[in-house]
Amino acid sequence: MTAASMAAAAPQKNALLKVLGPIHVWALGVGIVLVGEYMGWNFSVGKGGAYGSLIACWIIGLLYTCVAMIDSEVTSTVAAAGGQYTQAKHIIGPLMAFNVGLYLVMAYTMLEAADALVVGDLIKTVAGQYGAEVDTKPFVVLTVAVLAWLNYRGVFMTLTVNFVITAFAFIAIVLLFFSTTGLGGAEPILRHSELLTELPYGWIGVVAALQFGMWYYLGIEGTCQAAEEVRSPGRSIPLGTMGGMITLLIAATMTWYVCAGLMPWEYLGQAVTPLYDAGRLTGNLEMEVVLFIGTIFAAVASANGCINDASRAWFSMARDRYMPQWFGAVHPRYRTPYRSILFLVPIAVSFAFTGLLDQVVTFSILSGLLGYTFMSFNIVRFRKLWPLGSINRGYVHPFHPIPCILLGLLCAATYFATYLGYGASLLSIMAFYILISVWFVTRRYKYVRRGDQFTMPWPRPKGY
Amino acid sequence: MSKPYQPPVQSGAGQFFDSLVVLVLVYVSLMAPLLFKEAPAAPEAGAEKPAVTWESLNQTPAMVEQWDKLGVNIEAAAPMIANRFDYTIEPVSLILTILVIVGYFFFVLRTSDREFREVIRERFGPGKEN
Repeated sequence: MTAASMAAAAPQKNALLKVLGPIHVWALGVGIVLVGEYMGWNFSVGKGGAYGSLIACWIIGLLYTCVAMIDSEVTSTVAAAGGQYTQAKHIIGPLMAFNVGLYLVMAYTMLEAADALVVGDLIKTVAGQYGAEVDTKPFVVLTVAVLAWLNYRGVFMTLTVNFVITAFAFIAIVLLFFSTTGLGGAEPILRHSELLTELPYGWIGVVAALQFGMWYYLGIEGTCQAAEEVRSPGRSIPLGTMGGMITLLIAATMTWYVCAGLMPWEYLGQAVTPLYDAGRLTGNLEMEVVLFIGTIFAAVASANGCINDASRAWFSMARDRYMPQWFGAVHPRYRTPYRSILFLVPIAVSFAFTGLLDQVVTFSILSGLLGYTFMSFNIVRFRKLWPLGSINRGYVHPFHPIPCILLGLLCAATYFATYLGYGASLLSIMAFYILISVWFVTRRYKYVRRGDQFTMPWPRPKGY
Repeated sequence: MSKPYQPPVQSGAGQFFDSLVVLVLVYVSLMAPLLFKEAPAAPEAGAEKPAVTWESLNQTPAMVEQWDKLGVNIEAAAPMIANRFDYTIEPVSLILTILVIVGYFFFVLRTSDREFREVIRERFGPGKEN
């Protein structure tokens, strides 16, 4: 590398402390995603039946394995805060980065809305079991407001608590599995032979189920948000991310096995809190309480992580002037992006108020899916602009280009799956990203400092 | 090296307006399918409805037992069971959807490439093909 080509190598000010290891990376990924086992995944049963959902779970597991492989290479090399947003700035360009930042904000804000909606609905259900009638809206507002306040004040303690409550939510799934299958010594109560049916829509239903199959894992790529704080990115990020994927595959399979053996598929396909319902069906009050707490904990932990990640993505865009600079302010006392946190609160609350969990989940899934589509051509361009050996890569994923081709094909299949049954939502969200992209090009880009968009200490990209 | 681009300073009112535009776009684009979601058809007044049975809903005794344990009676279960997706593929809407997605990525990638060249030129100096 020449001195001129190292123009971007200026040391970063305010660098974050490198204190995280593979376990922390694992906890970050699983913490946001685990709520997917407690709600949302089961809509894939509604679209393709119980077996359709299981096949979708494994196929989408393959999609996420490709995501984890590709993301590990790029993140361990672009080890900077901002995750995929920062990657897009350095590899594709500003408009793509703007869109990727929005994918993150929308995916996490809609997931946060879904989490709050589930908390409200679960409390209403439990109150109904005891003869009381409650409105879900105050609980939705309370959940989002309390978590936004915690994030406003700083998240160090909150994220520590997050790890503990995520662990509880995972153990609750394992306990349910052992208590219902008889492996824990109790009488097995699962009735697969009596409840499982053939594919209700045939194989087209299996394809359609891919849409909600994403909910089993959506957010695992959040591991790269902490890239700058990881001690050894080349080792910790692939290890933590792939470990997280294995954990989620096990949890997803256990969740499917228990729920499919306890509920008729027509109920399971529309349930808001399927794991809590499974807890009720055990007839064991302790298990019901454990699953109630597990559902609340998983939703709260996820919502908390979502507020944290969405607000930081919004903040990063504002700091780069992709969004109004006003949002790029840091609280003088708590050192948090408080304006970004507050701005996203009414959006999350109003979508949670609709009560349409499947639609809200679809918005989150589609934003995630657009992000994975970006990853498939991002890695191709990354290898083209900076071939192996031209820069120090923390990790080089094997079998390139098979994972990115497979990822692209699976993303295309999932767009088609969303078209089946949720075509209007798909077109609507595409209209949103098209309109806002045109707005960025015609209105916002003039406020962006061009040279500041490239800060990595890399040589000039090949062909530029 | 050419002079770095100096962006204009945006006024507070301009920033407020831009924030409002983003909010409106989010609500209009994302709320539209929620607001126009087809409401379930209301039952015809005075029409005689045949009595619904678990058998007519294709539910086995084991399934009926689980519905009971879940606290869902046959009246509540019937619309849940009848609620089915229509997977008819309409060629026009499918082609439109494909064109929108492909067109979106084409526009974003092409524009990004043009902007990326500006960034690289400013960061590394005038173009020098490798």
